[in-house]
Amino acid sequence: MSERDARPVESAAMKLSVERVSKAFRNDRGQVVALEDVSLQVAEGEFVCLVGPSGCGKSTLLNLIAGLERPDAGRVLADGHAITSPGRDRMVMFQESALFPWLDVLDNVLFGLSLKPGLSNADRREVARAYLKLVGLERFTLANVHELSGGMKQRVALARCLAPNPRVLLMDEPFAALDAMTREQLYGDIQTIWQARKKTILFVTHNVREAVCLGDRVLLFSASPGRIREEFSIELPRPRDINSVDVARYATEITRALRAHLQPQAAS
Amino acid sequence: MKRALAALVFFVALLALWQILASARIWSPVLLPAPARVGEYLAGAVADGSLPQAIVVTLRRLFLGYLLGVALGLPLGLVTARSKLCEDTLGILALGLQTLPSVCWVPLALIWFGQTESAMLFVVVMGTLWSVAIATDNGVRTVPPIYARAAQTMGAGRFTVWFRVILPASLPFILSGVKQGWAFAWRSLMAAEIYVTILTGFGLGHLLHYGRELSAMDQVIAIMIVITFIGVTVDKLLFFPWERFLHRRWGTSK
Repeated sequence: MSERDARPVESAAMKLSVERVSKAFRNDRGQVVALEDVSLQVAEGEFVCLVGPSGCGKSTLLNLIAGLERPDAGRVLADGHAITSPGRDRMVMFQESALFPWLDVLDNVLFGLSLKPGLSNADRREVARAYLKLVGLERFTLANVHELSGGMKQRVALARCLAPNPRVLLMDEPFAALDAMTREQLYGDIQTIWQARKKTILFVTHNVREAVCLGDRVLLFSASPGRIREEFSIELPRPRDINSVDVARYATEITRALRAHLQPQAAS
Repeated sequence: MKRALAALVFFVALLALWQILASARIWSPVLLPAPARVGEYLAGAVADGSLPQAIVVTLRRLFLGYLLGVALGLPLGLVTARSKLCEDTLGILALGLQTLPSVCWVPLALIWFGQTESAMLFVVVMGTLWSVAIATDNGVRTVPPIYARAAQTMGAGRFTVWFRVILPASLPFILSGVKQGWAFAWRSLMAAEIYVTILTGFGLGHLLHYGRELSAMDQVIAIMIVITFIGVTVDKLLFFPWERFLHRRWGTSK
């Protein structure tokens, strides 16, 4: 405990702080080191993308920050406080929408809100409707989940995440299963929403272009053990277009770096 | 409308086939009475009140035992799905007892409770409980873990995860479990009523039993029809609305 008190103050001003975190999983073939000595600072309102090959521990890092897993070593802090459990201030958007099939669209968005104290039910419905409008689905409030397309499901999931007004959004390859057209639309939406609501966003993807399009910073992960290898600052004006030349230029550079980190492993 | 018509045509055809077989006299009327004979018996039994009374007695036993069985089976399934210890102990017990035909409980019930309503109730509860527990257990296990994780990140505690996520998520399985439980409750009660003669109420099983004793085939067939009819009616009234709701919500039928 005293160690925490001795931490420098500037660490507390940061929204998220991952300090020398390691995490291993046990499976049938033995132990898999998902993360080894990973450190990361994310400033308030920053949009950070984590890129790397599958199985490099990106999602594990997200789960640690979400509080769904606990680190074997190191610390994960939100506003200087150790994260010990999931919390409303850090919402997660998963690759699959994880919408509840037994609820209609509005009730899905209301689920998170209903767990938030200090609101009347009328307030909650109003907030839920407003967020469904924000993601362009106000006409689908009474629809069943199975009636929605993949892109619409992810929009509802986004509305569900945003409605309780979290301070951090953790996005685990949320657009990976969508077609290119829908994805490009959502890149626009997410940038608009992020700029309007100033949330801290940590975005996991294996799509370099997507990372460049969205992130203030792009962190490159390598696998086994999962480590942050390199960091790129993306200095492009917003909103960015995934098909722009500037995005492509950054993406080429990062892809080259990614390949360089992958090669030694491919040889072994 | 079209579907109702198809059903009507089917059952009328079935009745006609029966009439033809009975008229052809391939078997003696003692073995296969004509539909009209069975109808006569039914009309008589309704008129003298013996059939309505038997239906009331049987349904009362059935619902009491069934509700008790579901009330015990649901929580049992929940704990066996979630606790390894319960899975290895109660879970194995439930699996074993589910395979035990419910009529096997009758001798034990007779010795323990004598020829009483309690014996009947016990047999029905035992017939229902284990299959409901196993279906619930099965349903809870098939709930994708991501639902609970998503709920946790939205601030759901244990209680909320249980009652607002895991339970509704396993509804399709639970429904098929309670439906199966209903069928088992019927089987158990009929077995009990056929084997256990008690004076506190004459049920459909007893009518069936005495039909056999008297070699009154019209009575036997009539009671079997009544039992089948009640089974279908209850299914349509009790379970069908739920099934329709679940199919719509989950998108599991057109």
